[in-house]
Amino acid sequence: MIVSEKDINEQIKWAQINTDVLRSLENPRKAYWVALFICFAMFSCAVVAEVYQYQVGLGPTNLNNPHMWDMYIATFVFWIGMSHSGTLLSAILHIIHADWRKPIYRFAEAMTTFSLLTAGFFPMIHLGRVWNLYWVLPYVSDRGHWPNFRSPLAWDAFAISTYLSASMLFLFIGMIPDLAICRDNTTGWRKKLYTAISLGWTGNDRQWRTFRKTYLLMACFLIPLAVSVHSIVSSDFAVSIMPGWHITSFPPYFVAGALYSGCAAIITLFVLLRYFFRFEEYMTTAIMEKTAKLTFAIAMVWTYLNLIEFGATWYGHNMYDKELLIAKATGPYAWVFWTMIFCGMVVPFALAVQKFRRHMPTMFVVSLFLNLSMYFERWMIVAPTLSMSHQSHQWDVMWPSIVQWAIVFGSFGWFGILFLIFVKVFPSISMYEVKEMVYHRKREAELEGASAATNKPNLEGAS
Amino acid sequence: MSLSNILNNWSHYRRGAEEGGHHDYEHRWTMAINLDKCIGCNACSVACYSENNLAVVGKAKFDKGQAMHWMRIERYFDESEKEFPDSGASFLPMMCQQCGAATCEPVCPVAATYHTPDGLNAQVYNRCIGSRYCSNNCPFRVRYFNFYSYYESSWPEPLNLQLNPDITVRDKGVMEKCTFCVQRIRVAKDKAKMADRRVIDGEFTTACAQVCPTSAIVFGDTMDKDSQVAKLWKKQQVERVVTKQNKSNSELRGYRIFEELNVDPSVMYMERVRDTEI
Repeated sequence: MIVSEKDINEQIKWAQINTDVLRSLENPRKAYWVALFICFAMFSCAVVAEVYQYQVGLGPTNLNNPHMWDMYIATFVFWIGMSHSGTLLSAILHIIHADWRKPIYRFAEAMTTFSLLTAGFFPMIHLGRVWNLYWVLPYVSDRGHWPNFRSPLAWDAFAISTYLSASMLFLFIGMIPDLAICRDNTTGWRKKLYTAISLGWTGNDRQWRTFRKTYLLMACFLIPLAVSVHSIVSSDFAVSIMPGWHITSFPPYFVAGALYSGCAAIITLFVLLRYFFRFEEYMTTAIMEKTAKLTFAIAMVWTYLNLIEFGATWYGHNMYDKELLIAKATGPYAWVFWTMIFCGMVVPFALAVQKFRRHMPTMFVVSLFLNLSMYFERWMIVAPTLSMSHQSHQWDVMWPSIVQWAIVFGSFGWFGILFLIFVKVFPSISMYEVKEMVYHRKREAELEGASAATNKPNLEGAS
Repeated sequence: MSLSNILNNWSHYRRGAEEGGHHDYEHRWTMAINLDKCIGCNACSVACYSENNLAVVGKAKFDKGQAMHWMRIERYFDESEKEFPDSGASFLPMMCQQCGAATCEPVCPVAATYHTPDGLNAQVYNRCIGSRYCSNNCPFRVRYFNFYSYYESSWPEPLNLQLNPDITVRDKGVMEKCTFCVQRIRVAKDKAKMADRRVIDGEFTTACAQVCPTSAIVFGDTMDKDSQVAKLWKKQQVERVVTKQNKSNSELRGYRIFEELNVDPSVMYMERVRDTEI
């Protein structure tokens, strides 16, 4: 049985949309404060660990001679990956006129910005001398010192800062009409805030015209940027000569993985927001179905790229690469490898079943499994290569210490803090775009009804 | 690296290694290590510790893999039926290979490791921010990172008096590695310049070569065709830059490690000759 239903109820009143969304900004419940407190506690763990590491050096992380990188870099890649889905939903789907994205793109876009803000910490945390971080930037110095423009890490610094500023701007621009709605419906400090940041939006024709152009321009700017950012992150590995890193397919593989984990995270947050803010009217099961289908398609792309990577390694007969692949599947890290394969390649088939796609708790659990797989994937890229590179004397197995765990754990807290503050200060559903969507759907329905009324007798006559 | 320099010498810098590269080497510091002579006594490693102010990290950190031995003796046990002392082992003194096409150099985000006009991979401690990418990209794994500050734990008074004044003590967060005793090279070059002559072969050597009881390690300048090391390379028919050595006599023992990776190491090893099967 195929259940087809509307993405959104087109009879919903515009004033109702305003009320529902603005309601989500008010009166945080107890659960909100508890969640915020938990996130803050998690973040504190990371702060303590980082202060310790800053004082002592990187020794307590268990990093050692073959393992110069570990969880910090894996987590960095993970968060950068998360950031890609927002751009996918808001920019790519905007360009191809997939209007079902409208009720869910705002929080996805916020997720992009916040996961970039989280990711940005990791290259700093993992540095031996973080206080000299600014040397990576090309500032003009009397000594004529420049960063090394050949290094992928220097490209990272440019790519991520560009992507962060562009996605922040995109999030902000897309929010301006909504901020004006907030301004008109609030009092007190909120009124002052929204007045300042809605930039005098009145909603006249000229403003809308300029707004549309700017938004489209930013969308077009962001798409190549998102693809290039993760390609550059993949260059951190692909540019090196290490077995398991020096792989030509890494840029598309990383981009696919990024979209994959991002879509999974969107599903997670979708379910949470729908449940806590009672957004059932807007975040409908029909939209969830579409998101799940998109995730499934991306999961299959990722699976395919993974399999060709294994195939190329196996038939390539590069001794180092092949031995490393065998070691990944059978060595001490095998459980991580097989969990990754199972959760990333087998579990997504749950998304192919309509019954599961329509069941929110199942989707929540599935999305967590998918993200677990994606985290393991990043770790499996970073760690085993270093455990088993060319020089066999330096082969070693290492597991990250509590310091690394605390910082990684805390990064989720930091993301949570930012996201929780965001949903209470800014509308997490785009009001004006939902109104547009409702309007268009209503119009389509009317037109269909009208054409059906006029065409029906003719058709009947013909048959 | 200034912009005008790049623009004025663009075609020069674009020359690949096979066309001779863009370096006009003044010296080419090189080593030849005879594994047949190596008895695995670790004297070279000890000499390196004292010459280069290497931190002694202690057993616990050594076990964790955080040791700082720029010069390490790698042991490879033979696959024999016998137990440890009776089973044979091979030794491989391993230090930075000062590659001609070093993989560590292009990946450093701040250019803290670079190629000197002498063909060395120099590490600028003051510039290093500790991203550790160089170490990840080193196939020989000969770069060592200061995971802690060791100057108090490693040289408590009066041991600080044993520190070599010609070279710094590195602090936490900095990458370091074998320099081919660059401080000795500088002294020798300065002396030669004062006397208006070239550096004479055998005038100085690295700490490891100096202490090797069997003279397994030979150090010198291959730009000086009469030097001992240049003669050894020639005798073994080992050439630089090439990815595969073409030897007229397959009995010749000289080889470079990971030749196939095309990193052009500056250290030539001479295989051990055994009278028994491994």
